[in-house]
Amino acid sequence: MNRFSYHRAGDIAEAAQMGAEPDTRFLAGGTNLVDLMKANVERPTRLVDISRLSQNTIEDLPEGGLRLGAFATNADTAYDERVEQRYPLLSSAILAGASPQLRNAATNGGNLNQRTRCYYFYDTETPCNKREPGSGCSAIGGVNRIHAILGTSEACIATHPSDMCVALAALEAEVRVQGPAGERVIAFADYHRLPGDEPWKDNTLQPGEIVTAIDLPADSFTENYTYLKLRDRLSYAFALVSVAVGLKMEGGKIAKARLALGGVAHKPWRVPAAEALLEGQEPSADLFAQAADAMLQGAVGQGTNDFKIELARRAIRRALRQAAAGTPQSQTNKQVA
Amino acid sequence: MSILEQAKQAAQGAAQSVIQKAVELAPESWLPGGKPDPLIHQKHGLIGKPVSRIDGPLKVQGKATFAAEFPMDGLLYASVAFSTVPKGRIASLDTSAAEAAPGVVLVMTYRNAPRMKPMPVFMSNAKAAGGDNLPVMQDDRIHWNGQPVALVLAETQEQADHAKSLIRVTYEAEPATTRFVEAKAQNTQPGLFMGQPMKQEIGDAEAALAAAPVKVDVTYTTPRHNHNAIEPHAATIVWQGDELLVHDASQAVTHTAWSLSEVFGIEESQVHVTSPYVGGGFGSKSLWQHQVLGAAAAKLTGRPVRIALSREGVYRMTGGRTLTEQRMAIGAAQDGRFEAIIHTGTVAMTHHNAMPEPFILPTRSAYAARTFKLDVEVTYLDMIANTFMRAPGESVGTFALESAVDEVAVALGMDPVALRMVNEPSEDPTEKKPFSSRNIVEAYRTGAERFGWTKRNPVPGSVRDGEWQVGMGVATSTYPYHRMPGGAARLTLTRDGRMKVEIAAHEMGMGTSTAQTQVTADRFGLQLDQVDFAYGDSFLPGQVLAGGSQQTASIGASVVAAQHAMVAELLKLAGNDSPLAGLRADEVGGMEGGLAKLDEPGRHETYASILSRAQRDEVAVVGSAPPPLETMHWSMHSWGAMFCEVRVNSVTGEVRVSRFLGSFDCGRILNAKTASSQFRGGIIMGLGMALMEETQFDERNGRIMNPSLAEYHVPVHLDVPEIDVMWTDIADPHAPMGARGIGEIGITGVGAAVANAIYNATGKRIRDLPITLDKLM
Repeated sequence: MNRFSYHRAGDIAEAAQMGAEPDTRFLAGGTNLVDLMKANVERPTRLVDISRLSQNTIEDLPEGGLRLGAFATNADTAYDERVEQRYPLLSSAILAGASPQLRNAATNGGNLNQRTRCYYFYDTETPCNKREPGSGCSAIGGVNRIHAILGTSEACIATHPSDMCVALAALEAEVRVQGPAGERVIAFADYHRLPGDEPWKDNTLQPGEIVTAIDLPADSFTENYTYLKLRDRLSYAFALVSVAVGLKMEGGKIAKARLALGGVAHKPWRVPAAEALLEGQEPSADLFAQAADAMLQGAVGQGTNDFKIELARRAIRRALRQAAAGTPQSQTNKQVA
Repeated sequence: MSILEQAKQAAQGAAQSVIQKAVELAPESWLPGGKPDPLIHQKHGLIGKPVSRIDGPLKVQGKATFAAEFPMDGLLYASVAFSTVPKGRIASLDTSAAEAAPGVVLVMTYRNAPRMKPMPVFMSNAKAAGGDNLPVMQDDRIHWNGQPVALVLAETQEQADHAKSLIRVTYEAEPATTRFVEAKAQNTQPGLFMGQPMKQEIGDAEAALAAAPVKVDVTYTTPRHNHNAIEPHAATIVWQGDELLVHDASQAVTHTAWSLSEVFGIEESQVHVTSPYVGGGFGSKSLWQHQVLGAAAAKLTGRPVRIALSREGVYRMTGGRTLTEQRMAIGAAQDGRFEAIIHTGTVAMTHHNAMPEPFILPTRSAYAARTFKLDVEVTYLDMIANTFMRAPGESVGTFALESAVDEVAVALGMDPVALRMVNEPSEDPTEKKPFSSRNIVEAYRTGAERFGWTKRNPVPGSVRDGEWQVGMGVATSTYPYHRMPGGAARLTLTRDGRMKVEIAAHEMGMGTSTAQTQVTADRFGLQLDQVDFAYGDSFLPGQVLAGGSQQTASIGASVVAAQHAMVAELLKLAGNDSPLAGLRADEVGGMEGGLAKLDEPGRHETYASILSRAQRDEVAVVGSAPPPLETMHWSMHSWGAMFCEVRVNSVTGEVRVSRFLGSFDCGRILNAKTASSQFRGGIIMGLGMALMEETQFDERNGRIMNPSLAEYHVPVHLDVPEIDVMWTDIADPHAPMGARGIGEIGITGVGAAVANAIYNATGKRIRDLPITLDKLM
């Protein structure tokens, strides 16, 4: 770990100003950043502590939505009564992730900004374009069972590891950020990015910009939803594939459908065409199969992760069935579908 | 909790029992014609009781001092830099930035390390403890990806870690062999284990297989596994003049002390290794390069050194279980009798160690067969030396053997338990020796009854619960009885009637000190709190490896030998004024805090009284255990029947183990509570092996890519069902206390029981571990 200076920001404006300086990182829950610093993957010279700023509350929005403070913890968010009742998909996704100890410390803003679990990204002795631009991608042709099947590039096949973000993508949340140039709002689908030839950029934040809140729209899914996470062990493991589904059922037909995949790409994966295909239709196995195929259009395996394509196909179909039937996946009793 | 456990816990509720009859001295050897250990018949003492661990309160209060917790003045902290190529030379080494970093006292590389000999590699000598026999930071050669190339000492751990990150090394890489398939194609050689070839043929097994009406001939594969003890390897090391003191995390204190003396060219008596508490060993806590490097750095600086490996350091610097590729073929007659058993295959090893994962071991004694062909071939890779990991050989060997037996049962249309009974041998089928005690049929019978085996539907894929397919599987578990030479113990009796046992044995959390305290109390007719058990120190008597599940027997035999010396001494001291006057050692036994005549318990005198009258504050004796001749006369093995129920999701391929039962035949169980923990822990480790454990090894450069508990998966609570354990409790007449070791058997058979249950649930036979969901989709 490098020597670094530590500053506690008095307010968001001051934090944004400090954050614009080179080699500076914001510290909130620290559950990912501190690990990365210990592994010498992140080597900031300056930490700006934003964990005690006031944006740590969960508040109703006038239009009926909910504002999740960026510095509220994952645990406080998942167990907030309003989140549990109005956004159970989000609550379920958060509880599918990490461990209780981590969720107690990790913040909502930090969850958006956590870095990939690619083995090579974590090992500073191996080439990695995300960690060291231009050094190459070791995961291609290497150990890549956990890597991406969608939206990859020749420079990077890493995935975004979050569960929470998959639900936020399906919920079409908005990310509020504040930077030296002021405030702006980013649609969730535009927040994270694909690796392209700049895989070191995980998201579209500009220097100094801080996530201050995540806004959930009034329109949600309270009956027909599910968060299905498939992984190699039942807790404290990242998704091989996860699916967030929200459906609105009217008269036996799907009036609105939102789907997002986790564990398969550099960002939560959405395909609007797949959602459009579901809307206005009666639920059926055929329909769900078509939607799954549409979601996975263009999927490519890397050898040892080829199975993820078929696993995702099955997971999407199963999740759509769960959601349509109103039997969401339990995150505590994982024996039962 | 099992019924048996409940009963035993209820028994514990009664006041600590007092032995009403003197316990005769145990024999000094367990040879043919000899009498068994009288403690076997002692049913009302402490043995078998579920006594809680005596070190438990210390541990939960944080008062048990582990290797990385010994305080020392002027302590320096070590951090190790690892190579990034598997083979070649160090081309350049820039340590200037590290040397200039805050708090740094030393950067040690091959340029300035003191001259040392390689570690004596395990099994090259009775006291050898080294994981490899390579030069330790003596030259610029690289032998594996992850080899230590520099060590930093600094005033704090953080300073050392930071300085280490500033070291710049470049390499002249040389062509390396890191792909198993390529290595195997180049060359394989017969594996040598303890100097013996891992190769045996009885009859013409290939011909018998070809002629057999029913046959299975398939290949099973198991991946690399890494050790993940909760306590990473660590040592606190100081030179006091020419004497080396090492507070280690060790399952081999005496071996480590001797091996370090060889490395540094000093006398064995100049090296003192202690290891009072160990946070799990499983075969990994022997001598690796970190203790040597720590001692070398302490020598260069003249200050004490703490070297506590990071989790990554454990993966890079200490070995794990190697991968195996096993051909398993069984030919059977129509009635199920085995005509041929062929168990051959290849394991990866290195040129710098001698541990060919001996996967044929369980096959040598499990079943009767007309012909056998057994062979472990070795191929060499440029990688970290592989090593012992809980039930080396048996854990992965039983996966192949017991899966194949299940496949034969399917081919025959026979119940797999019945098939095993048909092939029950009357003597050891390859060693041709009688079994000392084998009650596997009883273990199967009671286990099957408790588990509800008869409810199993034998037709694969026929039981469904929604989208979940449900199945049951069974497998034999087995591990040999070992007692290694060199056991010895000192007994010290004090005038207050207390007995101290001192032996260079180990407590790695399995309950050794508790169980041996119970045993000693019963032998001498003492209460539990009158016995002190001292261990974990190379200056104590004996050479007692905590490995091969042999500690219980080794300690037991050592204490018996010492008791003979002690009783002889006490009878001398008792003299003519004692009720014991004129009695010989074989006429007396321990009872109510003293000695009594066996057939006349009224002739009794307490230890306190004997010492007091003799005006002695204490009596101390040392006894040495006899050579382990019992294993030359008998085939001595523990056995078990593992029953498993799984649910497999027909959509996602996910596996949930919903029930598990282990029914064991391990001789007398000394402590019902710690034994249950050992069995359950082994089974949980077996579930990890079955379903998720795998070292991600980049075959392009031999680098381990998941050196962390986040990315190397071991089971979490949600993955583990309620595990039921039970045992026959039938004493082995040829083992001290009638007990065979129980540390390793729990992991054996689990992989096959899970795989067989998955087959019963789905009709899919998975022959490649771990059984992850992609293999079942």
